[in-house]
Amino acid sequence: MEQELRDLYQELILDHKRRPRNFREMADATRTVEGHNPLCGDHLRLFVKREAGRIVDVSFVGEGCAISTASASLLTEALKGKTVEEAEALLGQMVELLTASEAPPDPMALGKLGVLAGVRDYPSRVKCAMLPWRTLEAALSNDDAPTAISTE
Amino acid sequence: MNAPQRVTTWDVEAVRADFPILAQTVHGKPLAYLDNAATTQKPNAVIDAIAHFYRHDNANIHRGVHALAERATIAYEAAREAARRFLNARSANEIVFVRGTTEAINLVATSFGARFQPGDEVIVSAMEHHANIVPWQLLQARTGIVLKVIPMDESGVLYSEELAALITPRTRLVAVTHVSNALGTINPVAELIAIAHQHGVPVLVDGAQAVPHMPVDVQALDADFYCFSGHKLFSPTGIGVLYGKAELLESMPPYQGGGDMIRTVSFEKSTFAPPPQRFEAGTPHIAGAIGLKAAIEYLERLDRLAALRYEQELLTYATERLQTVPGLKIVGSAPEKAAVVSFTIDGIHPHDLGTIVDRYGVAIRVGHHCAMPVMTFFGVPATARASFAFYNTFAEIDQLIDALQRARDLLV
Repeated sequence: MEQELRDLYQELILDHKRRPRNFREMADATRTVEGHNPLCGDHLRLFVKREAGRIVDVSFVGEGCAISTASASLLTEALKGKTVEEAEALLGQMVELLTASEAPPDPMALGKLGVLAGVRDYPSRVKCAMLPWRTLEAALSNDDAPTAISTE
Repeated sequence: MNAPQRVTTWDVEAVRADFPILAQTVHGKPLAYLDNAATTQKPNAVIDAIAHFYRHDNANIHRGVHALAERATIAYEAAREAARRFLNARSANEIVFVRGTTEAINLVATSFGARFQPGDEVIVSAMEHHANIVPWQLLQARTGIVLKVIPMDESGVLYSEELAALITPRTRLVAVTHVSNALGTINPVAELIAIAHQHGVPVLVDGAQAVPHMPVDVQALDADFYCFSGHKLFSPTGIGVLYGKAELLESMPPYQGGGDMIRTVSFEKSTFAPPPQRFEAGTPHIAGAIGLKAAIEYLERLDRLAALRYEQELLTYATERLQTVPGLKIVGSAPEKAAVVSFTIDGIHPHDLGTIVDRYGVAIRVGHHCAMPVMTFFGVPATARASFAFYNTFAEIDQLIDALQRARDLLV
């Protein structure tokens, strides 16, 4: 029992839940998107600053469970300094990791982000981990895209 | 910790034996089903009644002259009589079968609300379920009614006396919940109805969370409409009851059109059946009504006042034990509560709590409980909620407390 729960709530996730990285508003963001999960009330605001095709800064604020908070925190760490193309590729890999019907052969190929693979055994919690990534998807899309997304 | 000295002589083990689903393990632990405000489990009597209907009596009702059709019709109308008895309505014609409380309120908003004019007012309370908010907002969008709200205090008690001040000559209906699904508060509906009636305003009572816990007498309350869902009353999903005073139902236009609700139909004009058939277009959930009847008869065989006393002991014990968990805050501390406890724990999101206690066999609800305005009022995005039925035990509360401690060990 303990062990199964520890597969979901790994130390790295708990660390990011307790001390979320880049947890701040960003006045000079080039794009701000609201993400909302109406099932549980989780919401976050994702700030992305793009310069010359590169994500130079990314941050978030909001309120959510351990899984969505850690997922958002890990996202900000992973994205900073990436090109938009690299960010889109990572987004695709994360959607695959969290939602594909076949378990990925090597979650740890994604580095720290691989710890989120534990949600695959908790179907009702996949949306928690996905919320920041769905929000990122909207943030990376064209400027006329919605500035608020919902998991439902 | 041992359970307190018991006052009642409620034989919970005998009752549990009537509910086959309870005797199972979840993730290797005994199931502690503490999510009864979401839906209740079904006794053998209900399961057997539904199976018997489909094995022996299944046919459509109110049409056909063959033996099965007659049996099915008699069983369906006997269910209506059981619901009449259960609520102590004057007549079975005051009992309309619907899918559940949500449909009952939508029916009243659509049909009774059809006469409302722009500027007419409907008054609800600050602790309504979305099912008693959104239908009125849809009516607001259609006809421009005004929605007003009876406020509540920090403990989750309505300022009942404010109702008189909210009522104006334009007030057409007061629609309040009997028991709050998110807080457990038992509202003084008799008092609210008396105030509304002094001003000539009818009252709809959402009884979804009340009827599983306490006997309800619509004549004693003098409720104009009273509704509940079968599935929260140990019956199937998809069946519920709208009680309406005969003179009100008779004055109301149909809700949906179709078979079984008409008197005559031509391409020029149709005339409609009297209530309750006027509001039951199409083939209803016949087996559901039969299951509801079995549940009502099951409850009639129990000592309901003893069941209520036992549930109140569970509530007291759960409240005391929850308060020993560090960082735990109970949301909703009205003096009069049904056996429902909402709470938060510092540093743990309710969603994580729900996942963790599930792994220890404990089923609770986490989220906004379809009562977002209540969450906003208390400044929380969500809560965890344990809700009890008369088949729950003190040991299950100990199991919940133990699981909450484990959640703290893991996450805090």
